[in-house]
Amino acid sequence: MKKIWAWGALLFGILYFTLPLVGMTNFSLKMRRGEYSFEAYARVFGDPRFQETFTYSVTQALFTIVFGVLLVVPTAYWIRLKLPGLRPYVEFVTLLPLVIPAIVIVFGYIRLYNTSSWLPLTGSAFGTNILLMFGYATLALPYMYRAVDTGLRTIDVATLTEAAQSLGAGWTTILARIILPNVLVAVLSGAFLTFAIVIGEFTMAALLNRPAFGPYMQLLGANRAYEPAALAVIAFGITWGCLGLIQLVSRFQKSAPPKA
Amino acid sequence: MSTAHISARSPARRLPLHWLGILPFAAFVTLFLILPTMKIVVGAFQTPDGSFTLDNIRGLFTPSILAAYWISIKISVASALLGCLAGFAISAAVVFGGLPKGIRGPLLTFSGVASNFAGVPLAFAFLATLGPVGIVNVFLRSELGIDLRALGFNILSFWGLTITYLFFQIPLMILIITPALDGLKREWREAASILGATGFQYWRMVAFPILLPSILGTLALLFANAFGAVATAIALTGSSLSIVPILLFAQIRGDVLGNPHLGYALAFGMIVVTGVANAIYIWLRARSERWLK
Amino acid sequence: MSFLSLTNIKKSFGPVQVVHDFDMGIEKGEFVSFLGPSGCGKTTILRMIAGFETPSDGTITIDGKDQGSLKPNQRNIGMVFQAYALFPNMNVHDNVAFGLKVAGASRSEIDTRVKQMLGLIKLDHLADRFPYQMSGGQQQRVALARALAVKPQVLLLDEPLSALDAKIRVSLREEIRQIQQQLGITTVFVTHDQEEALSISDRIVVMNAGRADQIGTPFEIYNTPATRFVASFVGTLNIIEAKVTDPAAGTVMVGDQSVILAEPIANLKGGDTISLALRPEAGSIAESASGDTSLVGEVESTNFLGSVIRTRLRVGNDLISFDMFNNPGVVPPSYGESVKLRFAAKDLLVIRE
Ligand SMILES: Nc1ncnc2c1ncn2[C@@H]1O[C@H](COP(=O)(O)OP(=O)(O)OP(=O)(O)O)[C@@H](O)[C@H]1O
Ligand SMILES: [Mg+2]
Repeated sequence: MKKIWAWGALLFGILYFTLPLVGMTNFSLKMRRGEYSFEAYARVFGDPRFQETFTYSVTQALFTIVFGVLLVVPTAYWIRLKLPGLRPYVEFVTLLPLVIPAIVIVFGYIRLYNTSSWLPLTGSAFGTNILLMFGYATLALPYMYRAVDTGLRTIDVATLTEAAQSLGAGWTTILARIILPNVLVAVLSGAFLTFAIVIGEFTMAALLNRPAFGPYMQLLGANRAYEPAALAVIAFGITWGCLGLIQLVSRFQKSAPPKA
Repeated sequence: MSTAHISARSPARRLPLHWLGILPFAAFVTLFLILPTMKIVVGAFQTPDGSFTLDNIRGLFTPSILAAYWISIKISVASALLGCLAGFAISAAVVFGGLPKGIRGPLLTFSGVASNFAGVPLAFAFLATLGPVGIVNVFLRSELGIDLRALGFNILSFWGLTITYLFFQIPLMILIITPALDGLKREWREAASILGATGFQYWRMVAFPILLPSILGTLALLFANAFGAVATAIALTGSSLSIVPILLFAQIRGDVLGNPHLGYALAFGMIVVTGVANAIYIWLRARSERWLK
Repeated sequence: MSFLSLTNIKKSFGPVQVVHDFDMGIEKGEFVSFLGPSGCGKTTILRMIAGFETPSDGTITIDGKDQGSLKPNQRNIGMVFQAYALFPNMNVHDNVAFGLKVAGASRSEIDTRVKQMLGLIKLDHLADRFPYQMSGGQQQRVALARALAVKPQVLLLDEPLSALDAKIRVSLREEIRQIQQQLGITTVFVTHDQEEALSISDRIVVMNAGRADQIGTPFEIYNTPATRFVASFVGTLNIIEAKVTDPAAGTVMVGDQSVILAEPIANLKGGDTISLALRPEAGSIAESASGDTSLVGEVESTNFLGSVIRTRLRVGNDLISFDMFNNPGVVPPSYGESVKLRFAAKDLLVIRE
């Protein structure tokens, strides 16, 4: 009785989640009439706009990751070490991007950093790229911060720091040589998640008018029939890849205990 | 806002040097999270020349804008509730249902992927599935002679959007609730049972109250998640379905409402709605969690 | 028939049999401890009595009533778990009231009973506390009150003290025993701490690999262990290897010393090896000590334990410990010294393997 119910719930889940995946895969292969082919994929990969926007988004993602790590790791470390009383508040702030819709945040950017403001970031393509990167870092903040903070919890920050200091290490050395390697898995998890978020992000890029992958997909979706399905498969593959890498690095950590 | 007044009050008590360490973070958050949000909030109460007004807010109370909010809230509530329900059922099936142990790992991995598979590609996937020429429609029409469209189903609708959103809502619920279900100790169930409780009494009096904070938190998160979802909606419906995020998107792009400051009010309304949802959550949580403080 | 009787109980998990032919009757109001090393099946038997596990074979009856077809919530049993298992979302009052509430008792009934129970465990003043606001010892007392509130026929305790620190462990075990005697409730107590079992039980079941090696009063278990396992698990008995020289005369060799036992040795012939047990407090090295038997050995170590001094002697291949009371006027033997340990031949027990 109980088992039937459990299998029922699971079956529903499997059905609901596989149908769209089957649907998009099936559709993406049907560009040629009457036969399955990779035509849609060939078209997508051959499209120079695809290559441009994809490269753009990958670059953005990489910069976002670097910026995010540089921002979050020292902060989370410092708060654990010196300002533990502040943790709940910082945690609250880092969770805000889950509550405030991205479209509201980017709307604020547009109005706050327009050409006539004190910091006219949207005035130039370069400035807008930077702004978009900050926006992505904001979106990724909840995930990055949580990942790093959880990673820091498993090591004894205070003892490691004192040990390093007694050997004459400065703050940069401590962070780069002691703390970072110890939370590397957490940082990598945060990084892959950031990558997955940034690569297909639509709202911010579209409203800031940047040639990113998300808006490209949307544009293609509005004008074509089969290519969007191929894009969906590709995007799903990328997401799967990122999450798979997270699993991989965490498993690696389990088998190889962190060096102290 | 509570964070602002905390950071304004405490520095005197500690060495200022300590505070330098979080300066970059504080600056970043202020510039790219707090200030932009404040800008919207303030702008909602300003005329174009900067003086205070309630006209923008009043401007929201037109039938079309109210309808947009209403359908947005309905979709968000429905997809959050259904997501919670389905996610809970699947998670409970795996944790307690006596299913093979091997299912659990893949389920969690898949949930991680699916909860992040949102936005434009998700819309494409559902168009290819439930759209007019999607796999389900085609199958039902050719094999069973059922025409979903004739029956009134349209993917560009309340239900269409809700079903699509569930694709990331359910996995999110699974990811959050599975650890919570794991946290239910076997001894609690056994203690309840040996004290004479039925399975239902155990769930009503012990398990559910213990899970409630997690469930409420997830509900609030799922609600905000759906309420702010722009990409999926736009890629799925173009602009044929008037929900708030789509309206705001169009307004930011081209001032379709014919009043720039009405955009502020629209965005402010979104903050208010998600804010209220979270306030309700925090209030309920405080009530249900006296035993955890 | 006994009040709680376990007849021919077997239990297997898959191919592994963890309980073998367990037979026991427990009388009404009796306090019985299951004592044994980790993994010997104590918890499994307890869980079968509670109904959480179904015996692969055999029957369990309480007050003559077969429990086989009853679910845990249909049995009238109280249980206390090792990790307290209080409901974290309820305060002390509600935890204790839980069983009465699901049974549909009235408010006033519940309140009276809860008050009574909290009085019993002396925690009246903590009725509004939540579990996280209490120490382990307090939580375990609440768990006891919760189990007793429904007036169960049998109380089961699965290592209720092992998560507590040493001091509380001793005081709480005495409190449990006192409450048990006050209420006259039939109790099964699981532990792997022999001192605990010896100090509070009416009878002890010493378990070894899914079987009961010996069932008896603490006095019997300690003084006349039935098997070598019981002897080594309970107390600090010395186990001495010996070679039979003349079974009829009861003479054996310990190392190169000959010893005469109090009785002839049955079922063995010359040249067989046997195990003998000697309690540490049975021997003495004082010149004035009486005893019809003795063994000479070399001192390996002396440990000062407060009121007693424990000395270990090497005799042949065995180490024999003996205790003497601390007496400021007597200097304990020193390392390497050769001493003569005197004891009564009847204190040297022959142990079945
Ligand atoms: N559900 C189960 N499935 C398979 N094997 C089990 C199960 N429960 C117990 N066992 C096995 O049965 C044996 C007896 O377990 P039991 O819990 O009764 O031991 P115990 O005497 O209570 O030990 P401890 O002192 O460690 O609590 C152990 O070897 C254990 O691994
Ligand atoms: Mg046990």
